[in-house]
Formats: sequence, C-alpha cells, structure tokens
Amino acid sequence: MRVAGKGLLTGAAPVSFTFDGTSYQGLQGDTLASALLANDVRLMGRSFKYHRPRGVLTAGSEEPSALVRVGKGSQAVPNVRATQQEIFDGIDAASQNRWPNLKYDVLSVNDLISPFLSAGFYYKTFMWPRAFWEGLYEPFIRRAAGLGALSGESNAEPYEKAFAFCDVLVIGSGPAGLMAALTAARGGADVILADEDSRMGGRLLAETEAVDGKPAAHWTADILNELKGMPNVRLMNRTTVTGAYDHGTFGALERVGLHGPADGPRECFWRIVARGAVLAAGALERPIAFPDNDRPGIMTAGAVRAYLNRWGVSPGREVTIFGNNDDAHRTARDLADAGVRVAGLIDSRADAKVTGDFPVFTGGKIIATRGRLGLENITVEHEGGTRIIRTDCLAMSGGWNPSVHLTCHMNGRPEWKPEIASFIPRPGAIPGMVVAGSAQGIFSTSGCLADGIRAAGKVLQSLGMKAPTIELPTAEDQTYALEPLWVVEGKGRKWLDFQNDVTVRDIRLAAQENFRSVEHMKRYTTQGMATDQGKNSNVAALALLADATGRGIPETGTTTFRPPYVPVSIAAMGAGGQGMGFAPQRFTTSHQASHERGAPMIEAGYWYRPSYFPRPGEKTWLDSCNREVNMVRASVGVCDVSTLGKIDIQGHDAATFLDFVYSNTFSTLPVGRVRYGLMLREDGHVMDDGTTARLGDNHYVMTTTTAAAGLVMRHLDFVAQVLRPELDVQIVSVTEQWAQFSVAGPKSRDLVNAMLDNHVDDASFPYMACGSVNVSGVPGRLFRISFSGEQAYEIAVPARFGGSLYRLMTAQAESMGGGPYGMEALNVLRIEKGFITHAEIHGRTTAFDIGMDRMVSLKKDCIGQTASRREGLLEDTREQLVGLRPIAAEAKLTAGAHLFDKEAEAIRVNDQGYVTSVCYSPTLKTNLGLAFLKRGRARHGEVIRLVDHLRKIETLCEVCDPVFLDPEGERLRG
Amino acid sequence: MVKLIARTPLDGLTPVTIGTVTVTEVTLDPMTMIAPFKNQLAKVDALLKAGDGVGFPAPNRMESSDGVRILWAGQGRALLIGADAPAGLRGLAALTDQADASACAQISGAGAVDALARLVPVDLRLSHFPVGQTARTFVNHMAASVTRTAPDAFEVMVMRSMGQTLIHELTEAMTNIAARNA
Amino acid sequence: MRITCPLCGTRDRREFTWQGDALAIHRPARDAGPEAWDNYIHLRENPAGKTRDLWYHDPCGTWAVAERDTVTHAVHSTTLVTEVPR
Ligand SMILES: [Zn+2]
Repeated sequence: MRVAGKGLLTGAAPVSFTFDGTSYQGLQGDTLASALLANDVRLMGRSFKYHRPRGVLTAGSEEPSALVRVGKGSQAVPNVRATQQEIFDGIDAASQNRWPNLKYDVLSVNDLISPFLSAGFYYKTFMWPRAFWEGLYEPFIRRAAGLGALSGESNAEPYEKAFAFCDVLVIGSGPAGLMAALTAARGGADVILADEDSRMGGRLLAETEAVDGKPAAHWTADILNELKGMPNVRLMNRTTVTGAYDHGTFGALERVGLHGPADGPRECFWRIVARGAVLAAGALERPIAFPDNDRPGIMTAGAVRAYLNRWGVSPGREVTIFGNNDDAHRTARDLADAGVRVAGLIDSRADAKVTGDFPVFTGGKIIATRGRLGLENITVEHEGGTRIIRTDCLAMSGGWNPSVHLTCHMNGRPEWKPEIASFIPRPGAIPGMVVAGSAQGIFSTSGCLADGIRAAGKVLQSLGMKAPTIELPTAEDQTYALEPLWVVEGKGRKWLDFQNDVTVRDIRLAAQENFRSVEHMKRYTTQGMATDQGKNSNVAALALLADATGRGIPETGTTTFRPPYVPVSIAAMGAGGQGMGFAPQRFTTSHQASHERGAPMIEAGYWYRPSYFPRPGEKTWLDSCNREVNMVRASVGVCDVSTLGKIDIQGHDAATFLDFVYSNTFSTLPVGRVRYGLMLREDGHVMDDGTTARLGDNHYVMTTTTAAAGLVMRHLDFVAQVLRPELDVQIVSVTEQWAQFSVAGPKSRDLVNAMLDNHVDDASFPYMACGSVNVSGVPGRLFRISFSGEQAYEIAVPARFGGSLYRLMTAQAESMGGGPYGMEALNVLRIEKGFITHAEIHGRTTAFDIGMDRMVSLKKDCIGQTASRREGLLEDTREQLVGLRPIAAEAKLTAGAHLFDKEAEAIRVNDQGYVTSVCYSPTLKTNLGLAFLKRGRARHGEVIRLVDHLRKIETLCEVCDPVFLDPEGERLRG
Repeated sequence: MVKLIARTPLDGLTPVTIGTVTVTEVTLDPMTMIAPFKNQLAKVDALLKAGDGVGFPAPNRMESSDGVRILWAGQGRALLIGADAPAGLRGLAALTDQADASACAQISGAGAVDALARLVPVDLRLSHFPVGQTARTFVNHMAASVTRTAPDAFEVMVMRSMGQTLIHELTEAMTNIAARNA
Repeated sequence: MRITCPLCGTRDRREFTWQGDALAIHRPARDAGPEAWDNYIHLRENPAGKTRDLWYHDPCGTWAVAERDTVTHAVHSTTLVTEVPR
C-alpha cells in the first residue's frame, strides 16, 4: 500500500500499467515491483524448478524471484527484474513460468514430487536407463526448464555499443561513490560515475537519515548537481558495470530506452577504459534460511525500507521483522514512524537491545510460515515460548554481503572477515581499482563517505594527480553488530537460492554425497547458477557447506564470480554486429552496372561479385554460365577483377624482396613483363599465388588472390619488418586505387583497342607483357595475362572511372558477340585450363603437390624453401593434382568427394584422395574435376571411383592431366 | 573515341543530416602516398616543406597549410592531399597515387564525437585527441583513418569499396544519438 | 586487453593480430640444418609468466614485440620489431 506523505515520489505524475492483463496505477519513478506492492500485489512469479509462488525478495538488480516479461511480440523481453524495470504509461508486463496463470500453475505439481528433484537430480538421471532419459526425463526437463521464453521472432529494435574513456571510473553512487566522484572530479580527473539505478544516491535514497544536516536525499541531489555542472564529469545512470577486464577495461550495460515506449536504442553496451577505478558497489542483504522462507511477502529488511523510504510503499499492512543484527531494527523503526503497524520484531540474539512501540522477541526464531499464494502468519519461537503472529510482510536480515563481484573478475579471491561474517575484496585484485564503502565492509554512512574520499585520493595519487582537501560531511556512524545466523532448523524447506530452488537440505545432501568442494557443490545443486548468480545465497550456502563438512568458512573457499554482474542481452553485447553491421560490404565500381543486368551476387570475402548475367530464356544459372563460357571461348568476355589484391612494391631492394617472398625469381623479370609467382609459407606449403608485373627497375605491382589479399599484405609487412628489415622497400596496397577488368577471348585485343588511345598489337604487346596506356586520355595500366586460357588482357584505370569503363567495355563486347561474364563462368574457364584457386591451395598442399615444384628456385633463399625440401613433402606417394573426367560425360562429380580404387571398399583406409573443384565444361561437353590423388601424376589414364558418401554419389572417372584444354597454350598467345 | 566519366566514392550517398550531425563527402584529389626510402626522411621532409609548405608528419598527426594537407598514414608513410608531390621526391620516396583508393566522409556537428564513440575504439576526448590528431584505427569492422579537423568535426577515411558501409554505420550511430537526444 | 602500438599509442586488443613467439625474428640460414629449422618453425615454449611475442597493429601495418606476462596479463613493454636488437 502507498503510505501518504512518505518517499521521494510525492507529487509524481500517475502512470497506468498492466500486469498479467490487469490495469493498475503507479507513479512516475516507480519500479514495477514498487508499483505492484503499492497495489497490494505480492505474487509476481513462479520459481524455476518447483514452480513455487514467489513475490519480490529485494529492491535491486539482484532480484531472483520477481522476474517478468515486458512487452509483446518481437519486442518482448523475458526475465526482466521487476525491481529494476521502471514503469511508464502503457507498459505491459506479465509473469512467467506458469500455465495457465500465475495463481493456478499446473507445473506446481513439481513441488509435490520435489523429493525426487533434489540436488544432483540432473546428474542422477544420466545413470538411469537410456530409454528413461529419452522417453521421460528429457521431455520432462525441457518442458519444465527455463524461466521466460523468447518470442522466436527477430528483434528489430536498435541496440548500441559504445566506447568511453576516463581517468577515474566510479562504480556506484551511494555515499562512498558520490564522495569518490566528487574528490576525483575536484582533483581535476575526468570522471565517469556509473550507477545501475535510474536515480543516483544508492542507499541514501532508501534510508531516513541526515547527511551534512540535510535529509540524505537532499544532500545527494546537491552533490549530483555539483557533479553535473563539472565539464570533467560524466554521470551514467541506468548503467551497470558488468565486468572488469585487463588493463582498465570495463564492460557496462546501459538501459537506454527500456523505461519508455519502444523507439530509439533499447540498451547500450559500453566498453569503458579507465586509468583508475573506485568500486563503490555497496552491499547486498542476505536472507535467512528458516522453514518456508520463500512465501510472497517475505523479503529483505533493507528492501522493505527502500520501498517505504524511497517509493512511499509499505509492502504489507502488518509487518514483522526478523534479523540477527541491529540494522534490521531500522526497518521496524521506519515503519512504525510512518504509521505502518509493526506486528513484531524478532531478533535472534538474546542480548539484542531494541526499543520501540512494537512487540519485540529477542532470542527469537521463525520456525514456520503459512500462506499459499502470500504470507499469512509466522510461528515464532522465543525466550518466552512459541506464538503465531498474523503478518502479510516479513522483513528479514541475515546481515550484509559486500558486493565483491567485480573484484573477482580477474581471478581475485575475496577474504573472509569474521566481524561482518562475510567476504571483503582482496586488495589489488583488479589493478588500478580501489574498493570503498560497504563494498569494503564499511557499513556506517559516515564511514562510507570517508572511505570514498580516501579511495579517490588513492587513485588520484596513483595517476600522479593531487587529491583535493574535501570536508567530511556529518552522518550517522553506528557500529554494525551481528551474530551469524545461517539456518533455523525445523520442519519445512529452508530456501537458499530462491530462483533455482536450492534448499539447505540440498547443500547437506551434496556434502553427504561427497561433493565437498564448493565448485562441486555449486554444480551438483545448481546453487548460485540462476540469473542472480548467487548474489543472495552464495555466502549462506558456503557457510552451510562449511558446517556440513566440518571446516571453517575461509577453508571452504568461495565460488568465483565471473562477468557479467547482471545478465546482458545478446542484442546489447552484439550491438553493431547485426544485419549490415555484421561485416563490411565491399562493392566494385561495376556493381551498379552488374546489378542493373540482374546479376545475382556472390560473396567473396567482403566483396560482392556477380555470379552470372541472366538473359531472357535462360532458366538456370547453368544456362547462363554455359553461354558465358562459350562466349569467352568464341569471341570476348569482360569481368571485373578489381577484387584481387594489388600491392605496389617499390625501392632499391624491391627485386631482392620479391625473390625472397616468392619461390621463383623476379629479379630476372624484364621491365614491362609479368610473371606468375608462387608464395610459400615458411613450413613449405603454398600460401598464395598470382602474377607480378615489373613496371620499372625498382617498381613492381603484385596481385594476390581475392581471398588472401589481407593475409598477404600482413605477410609482406612481416617479411619487410621482421625478417628483412635491412631491405630498402616500401609496400603499399593499391587494390582500391585501380579498377581492373579482365578482357578474355579471341576478340579481346579488338575490344581493348577500342578503349585505348594507342592500339596494341601482338608484337609490341605479347603474352605476359605489361605497360602504361591511355584510356581516353586517362592514364591506365594494361597487362596481358589470362586466367581462362584465352588470349586475354587486364586493363586498369583509376577507380573513379571504373564504372564508366565497365559500361563502355561490356557494351562494346556485346556489339562484338561477347558480353560480361560472372564468377561461375570464370570458375569453369579456369578449371578447363587446370588453373588453381584456394580450393586447391587450401593450406595443406605444396608446390610439389600441385605440380609446380620446379617453381621453387634453389638458386636463392626464399620463405618456405628449406621446409619444402623436407623428407615427406617430396614423395611420390603424396596426393598430387590431377584432372578427372567421368567415363560417362554427364555423370556427376562433386567437390569434397573421395577417391577409391575401382574395386576397393569406400572406407577410410582405402582413401586415395579427394576432389577439390568440379564443373560442367560446355567446351568439352563433359563434367570435369580437379582432384588430389596419391601418386596421381603417374596414374593418368587409370580409372578411379569417386564416392560422395554424403550425397550418395558414385562415379567412375578417368584420371588425366589437370590441363583439359589447349595444353600447348596456343590460344593464350593468340 | 570513348569518354570516361568519373564518379566519387560516396556519390549519391551524402549529404546526410540526422539530428545535429551531418555527413558530407570529402574529395581527396590529388592524394599521394609518400613513403620515404631508407635514410631519406630528412630530405623528403625538407622538399615537402619547400614545395608544399607541409613537412612529413609525426605519427598520429596531420599538418596543413593553404589547403594542402599531409596525414600520417602508418609506419613511415604519409598521405599528401591537395597538391602534387614535389618532383624532387622521385627516387627519395615511394610515391603511390591513392586519389581513388579511399572513401572519405566528414562528420560534424554537436554529437559527431558521440556518434563516432559508437564505432571507433579510440579515445576521442578533445583533451586526448585534439584538432589535427589522426588515428589509424577501425570504424566498426573497417580499417579506417580518423582525423579531427575541428572540435566537433572529423574526417573518416575507409577503403573506397566500403563507402556504402561507412555511410550505413555513421547514419545508424547518428540515428541512435538523435533518438537519445529527442 | 590493451596493447601499445609503438607508433599509435595504446589501443584495444581488437586492433591487433597476434603472431606468436618473437623467436620468429631469428630465422635460420638455409643450411642451418633440420633441427634448427624444426625449432624455428614448430617448437615453442608455453611459459606461465614472461613471454615475448609478435603483434601486428592492423590499421597502421606495424609489427611490434610485446613483453608480457601470461599469468598476470600485464604488458610490460612493446617495441617496434625493426628496433629490436638482433
Ligand atoms: Zn599502430
């Protein structure tokens, strides 16, 4: 219920929202949880395993129970914490993990069979008969598992990623964080203050206390105003720092638009790089494991205070409080002061000092609770006997656990601090980070304020900056006293992990079955494996495990907290990588022209290249491809080859450099000539191939395959900087500078001459010539090289003219009976001629294997030469490149198929080789293949069996030379 | 006689204005990569200063004078923009025409730096990345050169073939920034 | 993780490509023999602690040697490979 005059939302605008189809009113600034509690809704969800009715346990991001779905259709977000979700007009939320509805959930039958589902249940099912697993357990577990469900639709809403940099990152904006930010900012540092709450202030918003003589919330607002006015401060609210990574890098999740209707980015995943950091993440209150401690209405005492003092909501009308420490008393006092009936304060300590206008039970314990869908009463056992108290809200406090999570992200193990019966961070766990305030185990406001100043000063000092003098504001400075209370024995289940339904009994069972290591216990029981990652339950579970195994808590250890601190949606983490952001698209200058011709595009690396150019009447890609192959062989074709890597190599040692990176020799290449080159890796296998032209004495231009362009560039830089730094050579990529087109076919020279200002002829420009040309006054380059076996040229112009030249050339080609050809035809043309691509030089083949061993010159050193001479790489038994022709011309060949002797069984031990490239050759009117075959070069003429086990294809083939067409090269020289 | 028509890399894709941020194409013509050969840096620097008024830039810096700019472009190399390389450089440095190699966009206006902070993993705070600072880095997945030309203006250069993706990435970031500020 | 390019400054690890141990600098002579070549191409230490390895800063094309620690992840120094004493 809303308590008139209480909280910070006084005067806030009303907001209408829907939960499970019912409309409610809340206030601007409410979370879904505070608004539902204001409307006396206590039941908010069902637990993971037993479908137990659950309400809200906390008031923050650590909430394990009140998880809801927000939104509808593709915009629906499951597993949203109601304690964090701000309400806005029209927000539509629903409970999860129940059917048909929250009050009557069929799967709550699980709760009745819970004895069979205790710790280790999943593992034990594996040990039972297989038929049981497939028929019974798996379908059952799949049906029951999971909390919220995804819509199954593509999420079209925008998510962001972003980078930020600062001197000091302050995580958390409670008293310690505010003072740390103020100190660092006044000291002149660039500060980012991040807090996951919509409103900054941390616990100062949730308590009724004074700081510097003002109400804490007012003081907070004043400090924030000062920070807001400073140019070196960036306030990031709704931003959870999710992980601490190497070298001052932090991940942070910002809820950008989740608190309003869906437009604009929903979330942003930040990578924040900070020179130093202050962790002021506060502390989380832990529940107490007493019998049936999970009923809706039972929550932490700090959460009850937060709902009352911040949101002006009392989660109950008759509230009881159960604690083992003084801090819990504040809840009773604040409620009583606000006029809420306090039905009883139960303190487990016999010597607790409490005064207040409410019944007090010292040395008391709760031994039972009742209420199916919400708490109705509790049974208290105390010094004076046992009594039943009617209550609809129980505020419990087992003490506070410092939020050490981020300090564990780089393997730091927290230390046990007996005074607070909890862990504190180990100093230096994250280089550059200082922990302050209650995250450090300091629980008074005054102590936190002072510690924030101290921590920021320490960080400033480490950055070589001077810490300013900051006056410590006055604030409460009470000592924190508690007596550990992990469990209250009694009949009924005592819940630890509220989301995963782990009980005290499960922990003890794990210990009994010898899962004594904390990591084993965690996996056996699933303790701490829910979306809250054990924030509410790990310390208590550990204490119980220590007790069950007869060890102390420090000896028992702690589980490792790993990133992220809160769940991060995949959409946020992968922001910028969806759709077109997945990878850059590279378009050639002829892209538009190819697109206009209806050419389907194929991706080659990041490039988009035309597959084929369909013409009216052509029904399949093969029709077009065959026509384009015939066109090139009979007249002329034009193809954009700009995607091949082009690398300019200049310098006095350019020739020496090329002799070293290529297996063959380039220093002997005359100016104005082109040579095919083979590049090896240092281990003797082929890296890449391509042609290199010598444009001047000290100037070459190398081409690489499209696929390996980036790799080769890096390799050349490696050779120039790492291996041969003494060489005077400069390497510059010119791939993008030039648009380059292949013109292939018997009429290629006529087409080229139609473009050139000065014609070329065979005598002045023979096969493998290169030189400068003018294309309508534009300086270009011409190369007489061929990847088709036909007379062919490649003509290059500065890229700005590429689109124009392509249109002119394809139009001219068409007037000559030719036209453009695509990747499919290009592939057929090269297979017919036995030219290799990365299908053949796939990283495991050598020059010897592809029949080019004589290209490894032994007259000089080169990368890969020594290794290529190794025993085993030059043996005849190796798989060698061969051609395959099916005995029946139309019989299928498939790339990836394996080769076997004609009579041999098609099993691994009989494997003779494999097929790398196949095509239908319209020139030879047969299917063709390139393959690697053991002793292949000696087996030309032999009949071999191709077997494709996947596609169930078997074909008898004749082994032949890989050059199917014009082995003498007469067409080339034309 | 054929007639070739020139097209700029971002032809038809700019200008784009979303919210307070505008993207326009920057033409880089002429643009020459200058990579001095061994032990020639001092001579190259002197000749550049004498010829074009800008010396060979230090790493991560851009120098400009009278519409001529020279931009550091990686180890031992720089891009001379807006003027031809002095004739005397031939033989002292590898000179490579790059006028057609890049797509270049200027992104400017209040929020330009926020849009780039969505794409560029580099510290772009004015105090750390002042006017005249350049970085070889990435724009999302693209290798890029990012240069600050004014407190709220940057030039972003990527491979010419990636121009369309560049505009897509920038406009997406700008759209998100505008929605946040709405 | 952040690495300092000797030319560009400290950058996010995403801008770099890792190549392996810096012993790749010391390429044996052609006739150094199979053992030397086997060491050079295939054999690498896998230290828990200090290591020297080669990194390529992709956007600027620079190779650098990083001295770092595989246990603490600290990067002690980075040096242009061309300036590493040989
Ligand atoms: Zn660099």
